[in-house]
Formats: sequence, C-alpha cells, structure tokens
Amino acid sequence: MSTIEMRLAYKPADYKSDIKPIWCPGCGDYHVLMSFTRAFAELGLPPEQIVVVSGIGCSSRIPAYTNCYGFHGVHGRSLGIGAGLKVTRPDLTVVVASGDGDGYSIGGNHFLHACRRNVDMTYVVMDNHIYGMTKGQPSPTTEPEFDTALSPGGTGLRPFHPLVIALASGANFIARCFSGEPNETASVLVEAIRHPGFSFVEILSPCVTFRPDEKDWKNLVHQAPVVATNDPAKAARRIMTDDGFNLGILYRGNRKPYQPETGQAIVDLSELEKEFEL
Amino acid sequence: MSQFAAVPKITSLADLFAVAYQIESDAVERYNVLADQMETHNNPELVAVFRDLARAEGIHRDEILRLAGNIDVIAHAQRMAKWKRGESPEESDLSSAHYLMTPWHALQLALPGEERALAFFTSIVESATDPEIKRMAVEFMEEETEHVNLVHRLLKKYPPPSESWSQEFDPPVSQE
Repeated sequence: MSTIEMRLAYKPADYKSDIKPIWCPGCGDYHVLMSFTRAFAELGLPPEQIVVVSGIGCSSRIPAYTNCYGFHGVHGRSLGIGAGLKVTRPDLTVVVASGDGDGYSIGGNHFLHACRRNVDMTYVVMDNHIYGMTKGQPSPTTEPEFDTALSPGGTGLRPFHPLVIALASGANFIARCFSGEPNETASVLVEAIRHPGFSFVEILSPCVTFRPDEKDWKNLVHQAPVVATNDPAKAARRIMTDDGFNLGILYRGNRKPYQPETGQAIVDLSELEKEFEL
Repeated sequence: MSQFAAVPKITSLADLFAVAYQIESDAVERYNVLADQMETHNNPELVAVFRDLARAEGIHRDEILRLAGNIDVIAHAQRMAKWKRGESPEESDLSSAHYLMTPWHALQLALPGEERALAFFTSIVESATDPEIKRMAVEFMEEETEHVNLVHRLLKKYPPPSESWSQEFDPPVSQE
C-alpha cells in the first residue's frame, strides 16, 4: 500500500500553550481543553486565526492555556467582546468560553441577546452547577435542594434551563456534551464552529472539589437517541422533556447570521494612533 | 455490541501501526497532563511517577515508529486512528485524580488503561485473518502484557495508603 500521505497541518499540541492549568486535579475542564485542541486540529485552522474569549471563573482561564489569540475579559461580558470582534474581523474564528455562573447569571442578559443577534461564533459553557472559583456558591443551574453551608436547605429556586433559553432566543445550533468524552465533544465543537451563526454548546464539566457528587455524571450521560432537527418546535419538546444528560447535537437552525457591513480595516498603526490623538 | 465497536477498523498493517501509535501517544499525553497537575499542586513524588509512566509509553510509541519502517504512521494515524465513542484504550481517567493522591493511586489509575490496551490488542489477535497483522498484534499484546505485569509489580512496592490519605487540613469550603 502507499505509505506517502499528507499530514494534517496541525496537531492538537500545536494549540496548547506552555502555561500549565491550575484547575484542581480531576476537574472536567482539563478534558474540555483537550476537546478544544482536538477540534482546532481537526478544523486545520492556524492558531493565529482563532480567538478564544472568556469572562471570569475557573472555565474562563482557558484562553491562557491555548496557543491561539485570547482575551480573558470581564465577568459575564465575554459574549459582547466576542461579538464585537467577530463583527469587525469576520475572517477570524471566535470561540467564547464561559461557565454557568459567568454565562447564565452575571452574563445572562448577554446570553439572550447573543442568541438573538446570531453572530457567527461558538459559545461554550462549561457547566458544573456551582461557582467553583469563589468556593462553592449555588449558580443558576444548581439544583434547588442542593444543601451547603452557603445555602442551607438549598436555594429552592428553579434551575435555569440554558438550552431551552438558547432555542427560544434564537441560537442557530444547540448541543450538549460531557467533558469526560473529549473525542465526542471535539466532534461536536467542529460541527458547532462550522455551522453558520451563533452556536451554543453546553459541556457538563464536573467540579470535583465543591460537587464531588458530579463524578457520577459519567454514569448518567447518554447519547441523544434522535438526530438533530432544524424544527424549533421539535427541538423545544425534546430539550424540555429530556433528563438533562442527553448528549449530542440537538438543534441545527438555518437563520442567516448577523454580519453588518464593516468599514475598511485600519492596519496601519500610525493611522490608528491618529484617531486617538488629543 | 463489542466494547471495541467504536474503534477504528484495522484492515492493514499500516492501520494497526497507526492505531497502536495513537494509543501510545494518547497515553503519553495523559500521563504528562497528570504530571503537570501534580507539579502545579506540589506533589513531587507523583510528578516523578507520572513522568516515568509517560516516558515508558513514549519508548513504546517510538518503537512502533521504528517497526513501521517507511510507513508514515503519524499521517495515517491523523486520518484513521479516531475513537468515535469514548477514548483510546490506554488513556487514564483524569477525573480520578486528586492533589493528595499517592503512588498507589497513580498505579491504580494506570492499571485499567494498561488492561484495556491489552484487551484491545488481544481482540485484534483473535479476530485478525491477515497473518502479518496477527503477528504484529501478538507483539503489541505481549508488550502490553509486560506493562500490566509491571504495574502489578510496582503495586507491591507501593502499599495502599491509610484511610486518611485525602484528609485536608485546609479544606476548600471555607465560607462557613
């Protein structure tokens, strides 16, 4: 057989920076980082053509651990930064990373309007149902009965349902993944990045420090028994009635992405400096 | 369904080399991630254990490249050595890591991966009809058998820790 083949342009390791993650050993976010690098290699995108934008929290440390351009932004504001970047530089691939606290609470309003706006970018939320970095407060996706010293008896609040909200608000691609399955997560990320418009990927990513019970998620997750639909009504029914551990691509819409006309890019630094002259 | 139903299909010697190469490469990556974690969390004994395991897998990976001769194993692996479900057999479970873990835990974490790799190559030996694939798969199976035996030997050297091994004197939930 022929032994001469073209090697792919990039390996996953080409997207990893020299900075070692400081997540807790056992944290699901290590797997998410692997999924990112595997997805980027599969897409064959040069690292300098990808921008990873984040907010604040454990998950939002991820831009530093990649070799792509990155922006570790303000709490809950990563989507605004990502959308602004994509609109002005549509040639770049923009991936926004967040967690359930950053993305659904502090950044909850940005989430709604990013779905509505449908800018061509991918939003990845590493959901561990807790604020990990700030030591275990309940987040919008924490179960109502989750009992801690910080929320005695549980919050009693109905958890936020991010996938339904994304669908109702106009996200063009919706998927749920589990961090412990990095190959499948990478495949979904590839599809999400390729799909035009706003793609939302929720990754269940256990917090082993403040939610050790989430180690059991690997026994609860299962592949969605049906293929993705482009019918929002069908998708809504599926998402509303699933058990929260249904994995896979759940919705692929066909809305036209938002991309306004942009002016000529200023590439000459001195021209840019003139704009800010006092 | 076989436990290896979602693995890449092996129909040639090049496929076998590519898959074996990917298994070892993934194991090297995983052990190095664990070593990095332990370095960050100041557990130097475990850093040494995981780096040693990564080194051993790296030797095996490089040996596969040598055995493959002029087959471009890396390119072939990039194209076909992909696991649709789960991970490649020898990848250790990152979710079981703990910053206070001991060498015994590290070996307990490594053992299932080595056993899965052994089972994987055994399944190829049992199902291969091509004599060349079978011959090489036997070689890989023997190598993995040696790895499993090595982990068992090391486990005798490192006894299980006391029940209080994970006791934290500065526990993470501090806002009480």
